[in-house]
Amino acid sequence: MQSLITAVIKPHVLDAVKDALRGVGVQGMTVDEVKGFGRQGGHTETYRGAEYTIDLLPKVKVEVVVSTSDAEKVVDAIANAARTGKIGDGKIWVTSVDRVMRIRTGELGDDAV
Amino acid sequence: MRKRAVVGLGLAALVTLLWSLPAHAQEVAEEVVEEAPLTAESVQAVLDNIWVLIAAVLVIFMQAGFALVEAGLTRAKSVANIMMKNLMDFCVGVLAFAAFGFAIAFGTGNDLFGTAGWFLGDNVATNYLAESYPNLTLPTFFIFQVAFAATAATIVSGAMAERTKFRSYFVYSFLITALVYPVIVHWTWGGGWLAQLDTPYVDFAGSSIVHMVGGVAALMGVLFLGPRIGKYGPDGKPRAIPGHSIPFAIIGVFILFIGWFGFNPGSQLAADDAVPAIAVTTLLAGVAGGVMATLAVWLKTGKPDVAMAGNGVLAGLVGITAGCAAVNNLGAVIIGALAGIIVVFAVFGFDRIRIDDPVGAISVHGVCGAFGTLAVGLFATDGGLFYGGGADQLVTQVIGVVAIAAFTAVAMAIVFALIKAVLGLRVPEDEEIAGLDVVEHGAPGYGPDVLAGSGEPVGAGMATAAVGR
Repeated sequence: MQSLITAVIKPHVLDAVKDALRGVGVQGMTVDEVKGFGRQGGHTETYRGAEYTIDLLPKVKVEVVVSTSDAEKVVDAIANAARTGKIGDGKIWVTSVDRVMRIRTGELGDDAV
Repeated sequence: MRKRAVVGLGLAALVTLLWSLPAHAQEVAEEVVEEAPLTAESVQAVLDNIWVLIAAVLVIFMQAGFALVEAGLTRAKSVANIMMKNLMDFCVGVLAFAAFGFAIAFGTGNDLFGTAGWFLGDNVATNYLAESYPNLTLPTFFIFQVAFAATAATIVSGAMAERTKFRSYFVYSFLITALVYPVIVHWTWGGGWLAQLDTPYVDFAGSSIVHMVGGVAALMGVLFLGPRIGKYGPDGKPRAIPGHSIPFAIIGVFILFIGWFGFNPGSQLAADDAVPAIAVTTLLAGVAGGVMATLAVWLKTGKPDVAMAGNGVLAGLVGITAGCAAVNNLGAVIIGALAGIIVVFAVFGFDRIRIDDPVGAISVHGVCGAFGTLAVGLFATDGGLFYGGGADQLVTQVIGVVAIAAFTAVAMAIVFALIKAVLGLRVPEDEEIAGLDVVEHGAPGYGPDVLAGSGEPVGAGMATAAVGR
C-alpha cells in the first residue's frame, strides 16, 4: 500500500522541508509553484496610489509518494519543518494510491517508491 | 478648377516659404560672423564643451547599466526596490551635489574642502575653471562632475541589496553626494592637498576618487547591515543566492562599458588628440579583465561563470580608470588582466568572511579601484616604477589611496551609524523573506499576476484579512 502526501507550504520553508524529507528517508519529490488562499486570505497592494487586492498568494506544493506505513512519519516531518506558527503555513493531506510503477525498471508497489 | 487653384496657391506659398528660409538663415549667420569672427580657438572651445557634454550623457547612461547589473544579480522579489534605489540615488544625488557637493568639491576654500558657491550660485568653480580648463563653461563642467558624483553614490545600492530600508537609502544618497564624495574630489581634482604633493596624485578619471569611494562606502554599509537571511548556512559556510536574470546583468555590463567611453575619454575635459588613445586603453583593459576573470573562475570552479565574467569586465574598467591617460596599451592590458584576476579572489574572500555583497560591488569598485590607482605608480610611462621613473609616484599613490579609503570609511561609518540610530537600516525579517517590493513600494516589480486578480479594486475581491507581516 502506498500513499500520496500533498503539502501546500510557504515558499521560503521549501529548503527546510526538503531537508526534513531527506532526513526521514524520502528519496524524491515533485514540487510546483502554485497560488491559493485559505484562512490567511489575501492582502492589498498599491500601484500609483490606487489600491488593489491580491487574493491568491504564492505557495509551493510538494508531492511525495511513500509506503503507507511511513506516511505518518513523513507528514510529521513536513509539518515540523513548515510550521512558522503564523497564519498561512498551509496544509498537508494524504490520499491512498492504487498503483505505483517506476518507469525505468517496471518495479511496482513499495519497490517503486 | 477651384480645387486646382487651391492646390496651386498652397504650392506657391510653400515655395515662397522655402525660398525665404535659407535667405533668412543666411542673414542671421552673417550677423553672427560680424559680431564674433570664427577663430580656431573659439571653434576648439565649442568642440571641447560639446564633447564633454556628450561624455557626461554617456556617464549618466551608466546609471542604466548599474540598475540592470544590480537587478540581474539579485532576486525578483526585490527588483522594484533595487530599480527604485538606482533611480532615487541619481535624483537625490544630483540635487544634493548641485546644492552642496559642487561647492565643497570645486569652490574656493582651503586644501581640504571648498567653502564657496553653494546652490550653483556665486562664482562657483569659475576661478578653478579659468585656471584649469578655460575653454569649459560652468554648465558643461557641472553636468560632467555631477554624473560622476551620482556614479559614486549608486555603487552602494547593489552591495546593500535585498535588505535595506528604502527611507534609509534615500538619506544615505543625499549625505554621500552632498558631504562625503565632494571632499575627496576637492583633495584631488579640486586642487586640494593630494594635488599639491611634490609628486602630485594621479587618478585621471576616478579609480579611487569615484569607484573606491563607492566600494568603501558599500563595505561600511554591508558591515552595518549584516548578510542576507539564508546567505550563510547553519555551518557558517556561504551559500549561493543566484540572481534572477543573467540577461539583465550582461546587458548592464555592456551599457556600463559604453558609458565608460564617456567616463575615461571625457575626463580629458577637452576634444583633443589624447581622447582616442584613452578610449583604446579603456577598451583593452575592460576586455582583458573579462578574459582573465573568466579563466580564473574557470580554473577555480570548473565552469566559466557568466556573472563573474561580467564582474571581470567591470574590474578591468575600474582598474584602468586612474591610469587610462598615463599608461600605454600593453600597460592597460596588464592592469585590466590583473584586475580581472583580483576581482575573482576578492569576491570569494569577502564571501568567506561573512561580507554579503550580492553584486560584487566592494570587490569590483573598492578593491580594483585601489589596485588601479596604485598601478599608475608602476605602469605610468612617465614616472612609473616599471618605466624607470623611480618610486616617487608609487609612494604618492599609496598615500592617496590610504587617505581616501580611511576618510571614506570613517565618514561613511558615521553616516550609517546615524541612519541606523535614527531610522534603522535593515527591514524586518518577515519583509526580507517576502521581498522588499510590496512592503516598501506597494507592488511587486514584475506586476501582480493576472491569476491573482490584478487591478481589482479593494473590496471587490474576496480577501479581507491582512497578511500577517
